[in-house]
Amino acid sequence: MVKVNPVFELKGVSFSYPGQEAQPALQGLDVTVNKGQCVCILGANGSGKSTLLKILDCLYLPSVGLFKAFGSEVDSRSMEGNRFNANFRKRVGFVFQDPDVQLFLPTVRDEVAFAPLQSGMSDKEVLKLVDETAERLGLKNLLDRPPYRLSSGEKKKVAIASVVTLDPEVWLMDEPTASLDPQTQSWIIDFIIALKEKGRTLVIATHDLEIPFVAADRCYVLGQDHRLLATGSPQEILEDQDLLIKANLIHKHRHLHNGYFHSHKHDHWRSSGH
Amino acid sequence: MASGGPFQEIMPLDFAAKTLLDTTRAIEQSVFQMDLASNNGFLQALDPRTKVASFFMFLLLAAFSKGLFILSMIYLLSLSLAVASSIPMSLFFKRVWIFVPLFTGFIALPAIFNVVTPGDDVFTLICFGHPVSLGPFTLPASITITRQGLVGATILITRVAVSVSLTILLVLTTRWMDLLDALSVLKVPQVIILVVAMTYRYIHLFLRSLENMLLARKSRLFAPCATVDEHGWISSRLGVLVGKSYHLSTEVHLAMISRGWSGTPRSLGKFQFDITDKFVMALSFVICSAGILFDKLL
Repeated sequence: MVKVNPVFELKGVSFSYPGQEAQPALQGLDVTVNKGQCVCILGANGSGKSTLLKILDCLYLPSVGLFKAFGSEVDSRSMEGNRFNANFRKRVGFVFQDPDVQLFLPTVRDEVAFAPLQSGMSDKEVLKLVDETAERLGLKNLLDRPPYRLSSGEKKKVAIASVVTLDPEVWLMDEPTASLDPQTQSWIIDFIIALKEKGRTLVIATHDLEIPFVAADRCYVLGQDHRLLATGSPQEILEDQDLLIKANLIHKHRHLHNGYFHSHKHDHWRSSGH
Repeated sequence: MASGGPFQEIMPLDFAAKTLLDTTRAIEQSVFQMDLASNNGFLQALDPRTKVASFFMFLLLAAFSKGLFILSMIYLLSLSLAVASSIPMSLFFKRVWIFVPLFTGFIALPAIFNVVTPGDDVFTLICFGHPVSLGPFTLPASITITRQGLVGATILITRVAVSVSLTILLVLTTRWMDLLDALSVLKVPQVIILVVAMTYRYIHLFLRSLENMLLARKSRLFAPCATVDEHGWISSRLGVLVGKSYHLSTEVHLAMISRGWSGTPRSLGKFQFDITDKFVMALSFVICSAGILFDKLL
């Protein structure tokens, strides 16, 4: 039997934001992410997907429950000191949902250089790395531009480039395709598939069902009560229309088809939908 | 980066909204103008660190020189540099001479009168014939403009004009982010540079956000509001903006931690200090030292 190495393990994890203990953002989650897996966290807006990713990135500590990263338990004591930062941050990269949060420096070049500089690389190495990354992702002409002058798609690519420079073994992505034009969405999906083929571990929070359809190995569905509704293979999850409606991931409505109104469930991620 | 312009043309805005939008545009134009910094000119070609160090030396010279001659020479030098750096002179004069008379002129004005600076009379304004007592103060028999007062005021205004000219020249010919990085030569702590850089980055976002709030409200109004209500609404929105900025700062901090923020800022050493920079630095040092000596001898 092949031994599986869990990258992240959550057992009975709950989380509440300070002052909002009566309304937990996450309740009693059991999640396991294995090395090399692409895991999708599916859920509607406000179901707690982003909070879960922040826990996996050790930005928040669970209020209740056990959280292990790379086999070690994570608590406030283990997060103290630079050693944790040096090891964990090099291994895990996080692409935030809002690029305006992630891109906080005056130029794209500074952004892409931030993480490698913080990891202690020399200026020469970083400059070379920045140029290579920009070349690879087609951002060379944006390097000297301030992030606020970029389009949403360009900002997203820069946010991804700022993580690519560290080449982390684990990628956490929060709504990577949200509010983007179809071309950039397609670019991001190709990028995710390429990461998967390279053997990287991916945890993607999304309500875009195309991502699990094309890339996921396992899905976790969060309900609007911030609890885990279901877990399974993408096929199992995507075939369960009632589950997807319950999780507010697909909808059922009346609309015009072939000249007459009718009502049916919307599974837009399938190109052959209707 | 048009801001508010098209909206103002098609939709009449009230006084408070117009002031806010104009202020937004003024801040954007002054802070984010980068086109001139990309021109092919003498100052644009220099390493930003050379410019910061050399301009700092000239600012010191302007601050310590007591005579008009040295100040005039530095001003002439700043004009020559502006021409050599393809800075439109109308823009350069406007930037300098709108603010200098406004702020320094008002401060320097009282100094020209014999009440503040006694000396040789140049022009008599009022002649009372005898000293006049005004409460605890006693005015002289005549209010005059004195030569010493005029010289003092001229030196003050020229010094400010020279300093503002040098600073504006530096800002117009250097990209803001390069300027911030170059401040390290003046031993400005990296953490301060990072804070200013992030403020620069996010001020744009908040200005946009404020403008959008304003236009979103305007689009849902059926009749103009009373000015008092307008002011109240703008104040409350500024409160919302503070809340938003707090939330954003928390998120940005998490993003920094996520990307390995160690608490010590590091910036990329992307500047190239070549032979021209060395020459300009040395020349600035020699000119400023000679200027200080010459000023002492005068």
